[in-house]
Amino acid sequence: MPTYSLNLNGKTQTVDVSEDTPLLWVLRDQLDLVGTKFGCGIGQCGACTVHIDGNAARSCSMPISQLAGKAITTIEGLSHDGSHPVQQAWKEVDVPQCGYCQAGQIMTASAFLAKNASPSSEEIKNAMHGNICRCSAYNRIHKAVEVAADKLV
Amino acid sequence: MSTSKIAFSRRGFIRTSTLASGGILIGFNLFNSCKPNAKPPVDLAQLDYKDFNAFIKIAENGAVTIFSPNPEIGQGVKTAMPMLIAEELDVAWNNVYVVQGDLDTVNYQRQVAGGSQSIRFGWEPLRQTGATARQMLVNAAAARWGVDASECTTHEGVITNAKGETLGYGEVVADAAVLEVPENVSLKDSKDFKIIGTDATNVDMDKIITGKPLFGLDYKTEGMVYASVLRPPAFGQTLESYDDTAARASENVIDIIKFDNKIAVLAKDTWSAMKAKKALVAQWKADEELESTEDHDKILLALLEGNDVDVLRADGDVKKAFAQADKILERTYEAPFLPHNCMEPMNFFAHVTPEKIFLVGPIQTPQGTAAGIAASLGRKPEEVHLKMTRMGGGFGRRLYGDFAVEAATISNISKKPVKVVFSREDDMTDGIYRPASKYKIRASIKDGQITGYHLTEAAINGNMYGLIPNFFPAGAIENYQVDAANYQSKITTGAWRAPYTNFLAFAEQSFFDELADELQIDRVQMRLDLLQKVKGTTDDRIQYSPERLEGVIKMAVEKSGWGNKPDHIYQGFSAYYCHNSHVAEVADVVMENGEPVVKKVTCVIDCGIVVNPLGARNQAEGGVVDGIGHAMYGDFTFKNGVPSSKNFDTYRLIRMKEAPLVETHFIQNNLAPTGLGEPTLPPAGAAVANALKAATGNRFLKQPFTKQYELMNNTKKEILG
Ligand code: FES
Ligand code: FES
Repeated sequence: MPTYSLNLNGKTQTVDVSEDTPLLWVLRDQLDLVGTKFGCGIGQCGACTVHIDGNAARSCSMPISQLAGKAITTIEGLSHDGSHPVQQAWKEVDVPQCGYCQAGQIMTASAFLAKNASPSSEEIKNAMHGNICRCSAYNRIHKAVEVAADKLV
Repeated sequence: MSTSKIAFSRRGFIRTSTLASGGILIGFNLFNSCKPNAKPPVDLAQLDYKDFNAFIKIAENGAVTIFSPNPEIGQGVKTAMPMLIAEELDVAWNNVYVVQGDLDTVNYQRQVAGGSQSIRFGWEPLRQTGATARQMLVNAAAARWGVDASECTTHEGVITNAKGETLGYGEVVADAAVLEVPENVSLKDSKDFKIIGTDATNVDMDKIITGKPLFGLDYKTEGMVYASVLRPPAFGQTLESYDDTAARASENVIDIIKFDNKIAVLAKDTWSAMKAKKALVAQWKADEELESTEDHDKILLALLEGNDVDVLRADGDVKKAFAQADKILERTYEAPFLPHNCMEPMNFFAHVTPEKIFLVGPIQTPQGTAAGIAASLGRKPEEVHLKMTRMGGGFGRRLYGDFAVEAATISNISKKPVKVVFSREDDMTDGIYRPASKYKIRASIKDGQITGYHLTEAAINGNMYGLIPNFFPAGAIENYQVDAANYQSKITTGAWRAPYTNFLAFAEQSFFDELADELQIDRVQMRLDLLQKVKGTTDDRIQYSPERLEGVIKMAVEKSGWGNKPDHIYQGFSAYYCHNSHVAEVADVVMENGEPVVKKVTCVIDCGIVVNPLGARNQAEGGVVDGIGHAMYGDFTFKNGVPSSKNFDTYRLIRMKEAPLVETHFIQNNLAPTGLGEPTLPPAGAAVANALKAATGNRFLKQPFTKQYELMNNTKKEILG
C-alpha cells in the first residue's frame, strides 16, 4: 500500500493506506482521531467536517491521495484545550443534545467566522445549512455562532 | 423537610463499603426500589456490588463521583439524574464528577432510555439515595464529636455542629462506611432546592467540543476487526447464493462469513470492510410477493372502512349519535413510514470468548439486549458484560438490539473482537421504522354540540396500545369510540420518538381545527369547553389532567399573543397530552414571496418540576423542530420491498434555514417531574398544519406537507421553516 504524508494539526503524520481511502477513515481508524464523525459518507451531513487550508471540507469525500501539501485541522487541533472561541461559545450556550454532530458544526462555524467575523443572521443560516443536527439543536447552534462572533471581535 | 410518602426498604436497595483507596462506595439498586411492589432480593447478605446499578463514591479528599445509571441518548439524563442525588447529598454541583455506569448483570428493573420515563421513575429513589448518604456522613461526624446528629447541618460537602466545628465529607467517609444504613430519612422541601431547578451544562460538554472518544463508533480495542454486513436489499427476501471471490481479494479483508441470511465482511479497518462489501455478488429470492407503499395505501384505507377492528375504548353509543346528528364531519389523515436516522449510524462491539461475552456500544435497552444475546448464543446471563457508551441519538431505534446481536454472532463465529458498523445506507434501509398509518376521524354535531367522536386507526403492524384511547378527548364527549386495525407486514416497524402519538396528535389536533370552524367557535375556546366536562371525572382510565391541559393552553394563548397578532402572521394552535406531560404549541406562519414560512413556535410545557431548565429547554426546542421537520419533509416509501431512500441526498431532514425559532415556557409547580424527551414533538405538526391552513387556505391531511403542497399547487416551490 502506498505511503502518504499528511500535514495534520501542525504535525507531519505518515500513513499506509490505499489511495482511495477517505481522510475521514484515515483520521478515525489509522490515527485514532475520532472527533471527526461519520454521518453519511457522501458529503451531505457535515458530521465529518475538517479544515483544509483553512476552508471547511467534508473529510468523508476527500481521498487521501489528494491531500499532499495541504494543511489539515481537525476538532482535536482546533485548540489543544477547548479554548477556541467557538468551542467556548458552544459550551456557554449548552448546544449539544446527543452531541454527535457538534464537532462538525464547530468546524464549519469556525471556518466561516474566520472569514466573516460579524455575520448577519441570514449569513449564519446559510453557512450552517449544510450541517445536519438530527436532534434539531438549530436554535442553539445559531445562537452559539452569534456568541462566538462576539468573542472574536 | 418533609418525609417521602413512598416507603422504601432502604436496606434492600442501598449498600455501603469502604474502598481500598479510602473513601466510601454507596451502591443502590435504583430500579428495584422504584417499583411499588418490588421485593428485596432474597438473601441480602449475599448481595454483591454487581447487583447494584448505580453508585456514589466519596473519596477521602471529599471528591464525589456519581455513576449515572441510565443510558444517555441526548435527552440529558446523564446530567439530570445525578443532579437529584447531589441535591440531597448536599454537595456543590461543580465538584461532582459524573460517569456512565456499566451494566454488570441482567437483574435490573429499568435501565432503559425510552418513553421519557427516566426522571419520572428516578425522582424519589435518587433523592432518597442522596439523602441517605448525607445522613450517614452526618451520623459519622456526630459520633466523632459526641453530639446528637440532629444538631448538625450540612452545606456543600461540609458538616457543621452547634459549636460551629466543621468536618468535610471526606474526613468522615471511613467512619460512615461501617455505620448502619439509616431508615426514614427525610427529603428536602422543593423550596429548599439548590441544584434542582438550576441550569447545569451537559456533563460531557468538554469531551464533545474537543472531540474526545465518547460514542460507540469511537470505541476501539486491541485486535479489533471491523465488520460491514450485507443484508437483503428488499424486505421479504432471503439469500439464495453468493460469490465472494472479488470481495476476498479486496485490500485488508480478513474473512467473509455468512450468517442468518446475511454476509459479513471482516476487515482491518472500516473503509476496507465497506469497500469489500460492495464487491460481494449475492442472489436473493422471495417466496411471496414483495410489498409496496401503493398496496399498503389501499389495504390501510380498506381497513379504515371495514369491521375488522379491535375496539379499544367505547363510551355511550357512537352509532346512535351519528344516526341522530345534524351534521357529520369526517376526515382521513395519512402518514408514511419514517426511518430514525440517528446521526451516529448503528454499531456495536462484541467479543465472545469461552469465558465471557463482552459488549460495548450505544444501546437504549442494555438489559434486554444482554439477555437476548446470552439466550441466542446459549450462554448464561451472568457471562455477559455490557458497557454502555454515549449515543449519537436514539429516537427509539436503539431500543432494538439487532446490531448488537449481529456483532455477537459474528464474533462468536470468527472468534475475534468485532465491531459491526452500519453505513448510512445500511442504517436507513435496514431500519425498524415508524409504522405507516392512517386515521379516520368522524364527529357528529347536534344542536351546535359535539355529540359523538369516532377514531379508527389502520397501521402497518399496529401502532396504538391500551392507554392511548384514554388521552384527550376521552371523557369529554359522551359517545366516544376508538378502534384499531393493522396489517402484518414484513417491513420491520417499531418505536420512533414519541411512539404511538407522533402522528395521532397531528390527526386529532388538525381535526379539532376543522371541528371548531364547523361549530363556528374559537378553536381554543372549544378545547377549554371540552376540558370543563372532564374536570372531576371519576373515570380512572383517563390519563391526562384537564386542569393541567387547561393550564398550558391558557399560557400558550398569553405567550403567543393568540388572536392579537397583526394580519400578516397566521397562527395555528395545538395542545396534547402524552408521556405524562401536557404541552400546548402555537405556530406562526408568514407568507414571503407568495410562499408560507414557519417563523416561530411558542411551546408551553407542564412536566412538573424541571430538574435542569437549561437541558430541558434544549429538549423541548429539539422536539418541536424535529416534529416540524418530519411533518414537512419526512417521506419514506417502499417499492417491491425496497426503501425509496438510502442516504441524505434523497432523504430530507430539516436543516438550519428551515428551523423556526422556538420559544419555550414551563408551568411552574411542585409536582413530580414527568417526560420531556418526547412530548413536545407530537403537537408540533398540527400547530404548523393549522397555521398553514390559515395562511394558504390549504388543509394538509397527509404528511409530508411539502409533497402535498407541490401536488395541491402544482409547484416545485416549498414550505420553509
Ligand atoms: S459524513 Fe461526510 S458529510 Fe456526512
Ligand atoms: S446534537 Fe445530536 S445530532 Fe446534533
